[in-house]
Amino acid sequence: MNVPTDDAIRLDTVTEVTWTQIVSAAGLPEVEVRELVRYGALIPRDPAAPVWTFEARWLVVARTASRLRHDFELDTHGLSVVLSYVERIETLEAELRRLRAQLG
Amino acid sequence: MKYKDYYAILGVSKDASADDIKTAYRRLARKYHPDVSKEKDAEAKFKEMGEAYETLKDPEKRAAYDQLGSHAPGQEFRPPPDWGQHYAQGQGGFDDIDLSDLFAGLAGRRGRANGSGRTRPQDMAMPGSDYEAVVRLNFEQAFNGTEIDLEMSALEWAPDGGMRRVPHRVKTRIPRGVTNGEKLRVPGKGGKGSNGAPDGDLYLDIEISEHPLFRVSGQDIFVDLPLAPWESALGTTVQLPTPAGTVSLKVPAGTRAGQQLRLTGRGFTRGSGTPGNLFAIVRLEMPTVLDDRQRELYRQLAEASNFNPRANLEEEATR
Repeated sequence: MNVPTDDAIRLDTVTEVTWTQIVSAAGLPEVEVRELVRYGALIPRDPAAPVWTFEARWLVVARTASRLRHDFELDTHGLSVVLSYVERIETLEAELRRLRAQLG
Repeated sequence: MKYKDYYAILGVSKDASADDIKTAYRRLARKYHPDVSKEKDAEAKFKEMGEAYETLKDPEKRAAYDQLGSHAPGQEFRPPPDWGQHYAQGQGGFDDIDLSDLFAGLAGRRGRANGSGRTRPQDMAMPGSDYEAVVRLNFEQAFNGTEIDLEMSALEWAPDGGMRRVPHRVKTRIPRGVTNGEKLRVPGKGGKGSNGAPDGDLYLDIEISEHPLFRVSGQDIFVDLPLAPWESALGTTVQLPTPAGTVSLKVPAGTRAGQQLRLTGRGFTRGSGTPGNLFAIVRLEMPTVLDDRQRELYRQLAEASNFNPRANLEEEATR
């Protein structure tokens, strides 16, 4: 079977995704995703814009939110707090990786 | 299909209350959830306990599970003959699915039936599920980019309303410069949407195997550069391997141990952005055996030099 080759897209700060894509990745009711934006757990490019767009890296956060919401049965406020801890852990792990890379 | 003892996985008895099951799951989830845990095999353990909890927390699914009878974990079994009629109407054969598929099918069918009550499941518009796969690359594949051919197995609805496993093959181009732990998205390569609803996406979790020489942090690469003491003192030119080929690196006189010599733009490149750097970290290596002449030369050097590497310690000690 001839299978076409597709490009894998980076989830970085350059690529832009839509509000619909963020809601779909979060797998949560739109009202709850809107609450996560209000709590600062998801940040649109321009929060004042009539239609929100996001850096693609927020898709990763939205998917993490989906897992945490489902697996721990958290409310959106608890979820936003846990997401900030997860982000902090990732930042610390990146610093640790850099130090280890330098130490050898 | 292989039997799994969901009660044993959660560490509860078969007559455990719904509260007991919830507490047991929460206690284990806190320990093994892959987003917060660094326990060994956390992801596999959490997947298993999540599957157990999804089934046991739901009274209908728990009853269906209990009706499967007791078997040894890992033992091959088939549901009793009347099980399908009670719980899995339309469920085809049980050969190509596992226990979690069986209960996913039960939940999906119930979810579909809870719609308007008039729409047949096969007529409803259902977006495809997002899939996730781990992609293991070697250093060179990550640095240069590569093409991968993923062969997965996907759960889908069969025409008879049951669930079945089908092969799901995806070929994709991985861009150059991906890093360990990075996630990529392949749009539309997840589960098939039905009746005009969009297909799901495929998310790739990148894992990069360690390189014997190069260590990576973000877009930067670090490599050890061992130097002899006289090379460090007098300076030298070394042939240094980099991912893009060997380069001549001029080491200036007076280079110190631990110093990082930067090769600009020799790190990972992401898209059209600025490439990272490669850092050669100086390690001073001492010869372990000296002959008489070398020992004499060191002695002469010691006599000729007034360099004191411990000046700060001595200053502190005399206070």
